[in-house]
Amino acid sequence: MSVEAREKRQPWILLSPALTAVGLLLFIPLVFIVVYSFWLRTATGADQAGFYLDNWNEALTDPFYRDILLGTLRIAAITTIACAVMGYPAAYFIARSRGNKALLLLLLMLPFWISYIIRTMSWINILGVSGAVNWVLLNLGIVSEPVQMLYNEPTVILGLVHFLLPFMVLNVYVALEGIDVSLEDAACSLGSTRWQAFREVTLPLSLPGLAAGGLLCFVLSAGTYITPLVLGGPTDAMFANLVFEAIITQLNWPLGSALSLMLLAVLGALVLIYNHYLGMGQLMKGLG
Amino acid sequence: MDNTKRYERLRERYLNGDLDRRKFLGLIGAAGLAYGVQTPFARHAMAATEEVRFDGWGGVVSEAFRKYAFDPYTKKTGIKVVDGTFGGGDEYLSRVKASQEGEYNIAHLSGVFDYARYVNLGLNSTLNEDNIPNLKYVIPKLTDVFRSVTDGKLSCVPYDYGTTGIAYNRKYISDDEAKEKGAKLLIDAAYKGKIGAWSDWRTRVWYGSLQTGQDPNDATDMDAVWQAVRTNRDLLLKYWQSGAELMSLLAEEEIYVTEGWSGRIYALQEQGHDIGYIDPPNGFGWQECLFVIKGSPMEACEELLNFMLAPETSIAVAEGQNYPPALDPKKVDLGKKIPTLPAFDPTGTLDGLTFANPEYWNSHEQAWSKMFGRIQKGY
Repeated sequence: MSVEAREKRQPWILLSPALTAVGLLLFIPLVFIVVYSFWLRTATGADQAGFYLDNWNEALTDPFYRDILLGTLRIAAITTIACAVMGYPAAYFIARSRGNKALLLLLLMLPFWISYIIRTMSWINILGVSGAVNWVLLNLGIVSEPVQMLYNEPTVILGLVHFLLPFMVLNVYVALEGIDVSLEDAACSLGSTRWQAFREVTLPLSLPGLAAGGLLCFVLSAGTYITPLVLGGPTDAMFANLVFEAIITQLNWPLGSALSLMLLAVLGALVLIYNHYLGMGQLMKGLG
Repeated sequence: MDNTKRYERLRERYLNGDLDRRKFLGLIGAAGLAYGVQTPFARHAMAATEEVRFDGWGGVVSEAFRKYAFDPYTKKTGIKVVDGTFGGGDEYLSRVKASQEGEYNIAHLSGVFDYARYVNLGLNSTLNEDNIPNLKYVIPKLTDVFRSVTDGKLSCVPYDYGTTGIAYNRKYISDDEAKEKGAKLLIDAAYKGKIGAWSDWRTRVWYGSLQTGQDPNDATDMDAVWQAVRTNRDLLLKYWQSGAELMSLLAEEEIYVTEGWSGRIYALQEQGHDIGYIDPPNGFGWQECLFVIKGSPMEACEELLNFMLAPETSIAVAEGQNYPPALDPKKVDLGKKIPTLPAFDPTGTLDGLTFANPEYWNSHEQAWSKMFGRIQKGY
C-alpha cells in the first residue's frame, strides 16, 4: 500500500470507534424512531406495524401540540437570555482575573459533580413553604405566613438557569480567553472609554462564544422534562413532557416517536441556522 | 428419568446379555460425552435462576419487602433478589415492553386493570399453583377476579389491598369538614393553591365521577367529569408523581389536602404528622398483586411468591408497608397492628370496598389517558 493511500485511510481508522458508536447508539435508534412514527397504537397498547400518517397528521395539525411547542420555545428563549445576562459578567470576571482563575473554573464545574435531579430538587428546600427563604422571612418578621414561591413558570426557568448557567459561562469564557487583552488597551489609548472599548472591541469578538453558549442553553432547555416535572405547577409542562407522556403514560410509542422527531426537527433547524452563520467550530471549543 | 437410573438400566441390559460389551461401553461413552457437554450449560442455566428481579413502588414499601421478605428468602434459598422501583404502573409497563424477555421477573402491580393490560400485551405467564401452597391463605375473592381474566389460571398472586382516599392536614381541615365534603374537598375553592392530586388519569376520572355524583365504574356524563377534573386542576398547587412526593408535600405543609394512598398516609401518621384520612363513599379501592412476567424463571419465582405469602412474611411486610395483606383474616391470625390499618376488612369479603372494573377502565384507557393529559396542561 502506498504512503498516500495509508494516509488517506488513517483518519477513518482513527474515527472508526467514534463512528461505530454514533452509528449504533444514535443513528440506528433514530431510524427505529422514524419507523415507529408511522406505526399505530392499538386499543390494547400493542403497536401495529405499517405505514400510517395518523401520528404525523395529529402532531402537525393539532393546536395542542403547536401551543405547547411554542410555549417550550418561549421558556427556552427566556432561559437562554437569563443565562446570557448572568453568565457573561461571570465569564468576563473569570477571564480577566489574575491568579485564581483555576479556582474559579473549578467552582464553576463544581455543580456538575452533583446529580441534575438533586440540584433541581434542592430548590424545594430553598423556596418551599418550610424552606430556607421562608424561614428567614418569617423569622425577620417580613411576612406573617409562608410565601408560596414554588411550582410555577418562574421556578421552572430558575431551575433551568441553575442547570444551564455553567454551559453559558464556559462558552463565553473560552471566547474571551481567545481575545488579546491589549486590544482593549489599544482602543483606550486611541481615546475610547473602558465601556466603549468593551462595547466596540471585546463584545463583538466574544459574540461567537455567546452564540455557542446560547445555542447549547436553548437546545438543552427546550428538551428538558425533569425541571417542569419537579418545579412546575399543574400547567407548566414542556414539549418533552408530552413525549414522555405519550410513550410512558399512554404507551403510545408511535405518537411519542412522531412528537420527539418534531422537536428534533425544530431544534435541528436551529442548529443548522447557527452553523450557517457562525459554524460549529466555536461550539466545539466551548464544549472542549 | 435421571442419569443414575439410565446407567442402571443399561448395566442391567448388559448383564442380561441384551447388549454386547462393545455396545455397552460405546453407549456409556456416548452418555459420558453428552453429560460432559450438557453439564456446563445446565449449570449455567441453573445459575440464571439464582437471581430474580423484583420491581415495586419504592419507599417504605420496598424497605418492608427487603427487610421482611427478600433478605430472609435469600438466606434460606440462596436465590438473590434484585429489587428495582418504579413511580407508576404506566412507566413500568413501558419499561417491560421495551425490555428483553426475562429481564423483568416479578412486579408489584396495582389493580386488576393492570393485570388485564399485561395479559392483553401477552406479557403474562402461567403459575403452577402446586408450587405455591400458601395461596390457600389468600382471600378467595381476590384470586377469583384475576382468574376471570386468564381463563381460570393465574399469572400473579394477590398480595395486599388498600384505598386511595382523602388525606388532609388536621391543622387546617377538621375531621367533620372532611367527612361532610368528602370528594368535593378536592374542588373546594377555599383551599386554592393548597390542594394536591396524583397525576394518574384513572384516579382523576374516579374522583371526577365522585365529585359529580356518578358511579365511578359507570359514569354516564363524562363532560361533567372532565369539568370536575378541570376545576380540581385550577385549584391545585401541584400534581404529584410518586408516593415519596405525596408524603413530602403533606409533611412540609405545601398542601393541606390531596387524595392519597392509605398506607403512605398511615406512615405519615406514624411519623407524628397530624394528617387525617377518610374514604369517601365509593372511594377508590384497589388490590395489589405479585405478577410474574413472561419469560421469568418460573420455579424460582413461584418459590419466592410462596415464601412471600407465608403468613409470617406476609404479616411482617404488611406491617412494614401499612397495607393489609391479601391473607384471609378468617384463616390466619393477622396480629394486632393490621386490624388498625386503613381499609382493613375483618370479614375477608371486601364488600365494603369499591374496586375498579377492569373492562370498563381498560376500554376507555386510550381516550381518557389522552384527554387527561390535555386537561392537565391547561386545556
